[in-house]
Amino acid sequence: MKFNLKIWRQKNAQAAGKMVDYTIENINADMSFLEMMDVLNEQLIRKGDEPVAFDHDCREGICGMCSMHINGRPHGPLRGTTTCQLYMRNFTDGETIFIEPFRANSFPIIRDLVVDRSAFDRIMQVGGFVSVNTGQVQDANNIPVNKADADLAMDAASCIGCGACVAACKNASASLFVSAKISQYALLPQGRIEAQERVLAMVNQMDEEGFGSCTNTGACEAECPKGISLTNIARMNREYYVASIS
Amino acid sequence: MNKKSGTKSLFSTLIGKKMLMGLTGLFLITFLVVHCGINALIFFNDGGELFNKGAEFMGTNLLIRTMEIVLFLGIIAHIVDALLLTLSNNKTRIVKYAHQKPNANSKWYSRWMGLLGTLILMFLIIHLKHFWVISRFTDHIAHSELDKLPGQETMFAEMKEIFENPMVVLLYVAAMVSLAYHLMHGFQSAFQTMGWNHPKYTPAIKKIGFWFSIIIPFVFALMPIALHLGIIK
Repeated sequence: MKFNLKIWRQKNAQAAGKMVDYTIENINADMSFLEMMDVLNEQLIRKGDEPVAFDHDCREGICGMCSMHINGRPHGPLRGTTTCQLYMRNFTDGETIFIEPFRANSFPIIRDLVVDRSAFDRIMQVGGFVSVNTGQVQDANNIPVNKADADLAMDAASCIGCGACVAACKNASASLFVSAKISQYALLPQGRIEAQERVLAMVNQMDEEGFGSCTNTGACEAECPKGISLTNIARMNREYYVASIS
Repeated sequence: MNKKSGTKSLFSTLIGKKMLMGLTGLFLITFLVVHCGINALIFFNDGGELFNKGAEFMGTNLLIRTMEIVLFLGIIAHIVDALLLTLSNNKTRIVKYAHQKPNANSKWYSRWMGLLGTLILMFLIIHLKHFWVISRFTDHIAHSELDKLPGQETMFAEMKEIFENPMVVLLYVAAMVSLAYHLMHGFQSAFQTMGWNHPKYTPAIKKIGFWFSIIIPFVFALMPIALHLGIIK
């Protein structure tokens, strides 16, 4: 297969970037999108050009590292997939593909397609955990957990923190990410103890990091590779106002 | 984890501001029901007798007059809050995407609430000038045909006169289309923002919101059309 690529190139955070055109040929339809990028980079290196910097790690859809805004959508045209799970057979031969970094002021570009998503880490640092005192681990069955709640908590916990929600949102809101993290704890008895302090701290930090507000367009849910539900945002808001008035 | 001290007050965070948006929006929705209900009295086609009674009640009842002030405060809060949120949201992505497919993941009217709201506001100013200013600040409106003084008109007659102009009818209908789309997102969105989300009730809220946003603007739009075409005399 042959593709015309338009890729965002930017030397560093300070430099101005621009879209650069590349043509790539002899691409196997069963290559993943990242493998296609690898082939492009090998060609660039052979020519003596700078390879395109992009994030990737596990390449099996669970680490949340690969980003990229492909043809106008985070992680490309398929629903419920990360970029590493996107295959070239999902594109047509000769197609022009736009490849951009996830864009948000809170995700500053480090280089080319690599963005700094440490704003998410800072939100987690203020409350995305359960404080555990040292000592013997107690028996898991000592704390009964409703199966329905356990399932919802597990669904929320499947968020891989990739930032596609922010990239898709017209306001670059981090509500889906933050609400998933708040929900995964709020739904379980172990997390309930610090639930109020957690929601106040994390919502506060989300604003501090410069993410926008949630307009309930649902773009985040539609683009989330893990199918995190908007109901988490409703839960976060509920938790938030109860915590702030109590 | 730190205790709650030092955290911001509810309405200073973005979620708080969105909640103000949702609450004022829901309040304005209840106003629409009352307004639409009273105005729909013209459909009795009794020469506006019942409608004029309704208009008199709305203009003289103390509770309604008090709620009128609350209503204006609600509208102002909804607008100012929307402006604040829009201004802060405009700063979150300075470098835009070169290529974007927003229709792939969201409805256009959910992304254009600000524009739809601005259109509604523009209509609202004209609409207030047409009816509210005349009825509250001038002696032009009589309570009924019987106690009409020379130079006075009833609210119903005033309505018929204004809707003689086809451009005005067109403007009102266009405004109701904007309102329909604004509500189509706003109704269910307000519930979501308030966290009133439940597997049992949310589908019903969405369904009610959908039909509400079609029926109310439709009934409203029918009024200038019916008066203009002389279906209601």
